[in-house]
Amino acid sequence: MAAIAADLPVYRELTPGQRVLRRLLRRRAAMLGLCVVTGFIALAALAPWIAPYDPLQTSWSAIRKAPTAAHWFGTDEIGRDVLSRVVWGARASLLAGLVSVCISLALGVPIGLLAGYVGRGTDALISRITDAMLACPFLILAIALAAFLGPSLTNAMIAIGISATPVFIRLTRAQVLAVKVEDYVEAARAVGNSHLRIALRHVLPNVIPPLIVQATLAIAAAVIAEASLSFLGLGQQPPAPSWGSMLNTAKNYIDNAPWMAVWPGLSIFFLVLSFNLLGDGLRDALDPRHI
Amino acid sequence: MLNYLLQRVATIVPTLFFVSILIFGLQQLLPGDPALILAGEDSDPTVIAHLRTTLHLDEPLPLRYLYWAGGVLKGDLGESQRIKKPVLSLILEKLPVTVELACLAIVIALAIGIPAGVISAVAKGSAWDYAANVFALWGLSTPNFWLGIMLILLFSVTLGWLPASGYVSPFEDLRANLAAMIMPAFVLGNAIAAVLMRHTRSAMLQVLSSDYVRTARAKGLDEHVVVIKHALRNALIPIITLGALELGTLLSGAVLTEQVFTIPGFGKLIVDAVFNRDYAVVQGVVMFTASTYILLNLLADLGYFLVNPRLRG
Repeated sequence: MAAIAADLPVYRELTPGQRVLRRLLRRRAAMLGLCVVTGFIALAALAPWIAPYDPLQTSWSAIRKAPTAAHWFGTDEIGRDVLSRVVWGARASLLAGLVSVCISLALGVPIGLLAGYVGRGTDALISRITDAMLACPFLILAIALAAFLGPSLTNAMIAIGISATPVFIRLTRAQVLAVKVEDYVEAARAVGNSHLRIALRHVLPNVIPPLIVQATLAIAAAVIAEASLSFLGLGQQPPAPSWGSMLNTAKNYIDNAPWMAVWPGLSIFFLVLSFNLLGDGLRDALDPRHI
Repeated sequence: MLNYLLQRVATIVPTLFFVSILIFGLQQLLPGDPALILAGEDSDPTVIAHLRTTLHLDEPLPLRYLYWAGGVLKGDLGESQRIKKPVLSLILEKLPVTVELACLAIVIALAIGIPAGVISAVAKGSAWDYAANVFALWGLSTPNFWLGIMLILLFSVTLGWLPASGYVSPFEDLRANLAAMIMPAFVLGNAIAAVLMRHTRSAMLQVLSSDYVRTARAKGLDEHVVVIKHALRNALIPIITLGALELGTLLSGAVLTEQVFTIPGFGKLIVDAVFNRDYAVVQGVVMFTASTYILLNLLADLGYFLVNPRLRG
């Protein structure tokens, strides 16, 4: 009997994290999204070495030149290399996406945890404020905040981060309400843990998975929002390169230099699409019931 | 039913209250003396003093809020510093253009999103389903201002079929109006069509697996009748509510679309106000937008209540 047991292959039980990773790895679209996002991150990090020219260097002899071997993506209205500006522009977009979502998480998760865990009056007050913020359309609130704070990339990131916060408050609160009635939370309370410890050690880790999905999708929305604010002149200020501000200039030259608009737009599209594919894949991997 | 209506209407009061605090609070973000910023650095001291009095800037903050909120309740959203006109009349002047754009965008979104969602659900797993999902991802990932620029490049610059920008009133020339509005409306409707497609697909998949649809099929009804009369009618109920949440996307999208196509609407008003530092207009537009959004969502909720017999019972 013991010999038979010894011959059987040993199946190691996978941890929940490993199961999620395995499901995610099987999703080709999500993996493609992850690869493209990684590619953009590498592009942004290695911009000084990858970009063929200085993104601010003007050349009066190369104004609005169509793509050539010297300038693969062409040049802009003051002779700057469009490829170099697209490569450097990845920094502004990724930075805006990541920083603004970090702001939203840093504000939204503790407030949502407080509302869901404490409940009663605190919850009612936070929920009403959240409703009020959600009543202001995302971009309009971001435009108003950026207008009052002043136009700059930093203020655009703050404006986008604050505007996206209510979604995280609502999501965290809803998850906390579901988790706090679980038996293990009750058990933690019964053995005398403090409220702070229960909230941080027992409740918070169990609300993280949906937050990861939301954060990934929110980065996509934040990248579009930053490009929108820069397009309106409220984000990254010229001459610093940003895909949104490049499109703002490009629209004035669309009839004789269309390449100025094509590449920054395609870059936004592929980066946002990749974050969306990754977010969808993560959601499916974390919640297999999702259709 | 009356109780539900009253309860639902009552919930918007605190929301509007907090919205007003939020929007009033925006003014506090201005660095330095608001009167100096509003009047401009080189303004006459008497102008600054006048602004300080009219805006009650010498009063304590809660009192200033009460003055401002009292004005808002009476329909006074302040006065534009640049154009010297009441903000509300400026908004109402620009609103019809944006409403027309939004209505056309909704028609386009419905015409694309709902059929795509139905086909995708009915033919789940097929090439049609795949194509519809690709369309949804495309719609959600394309920045609408870039799509606008690309459409101008194709239809105005290359083909010369449509005007690249501008606006003609439908009462002056309907044909020219539609020619000017079709591209912006498509740009605005595209992203909403993608969201509607996803909602419709999800709702249809749920309804198509329900018992009454199985019964309808068992009775030998034509598949078209089952899908359209039995399934879609019921699937439309959640689509109304979820679709109403997209009104925010519509209003945000209008700001960018109007900027790309130089349409003199509500969205262009806020952008111009931002660059002219006309803060009363910015505040007024945000307050008006938020109130409209809240009211439209209330109407959508009431519509949901009216079309769903289980809630009425």
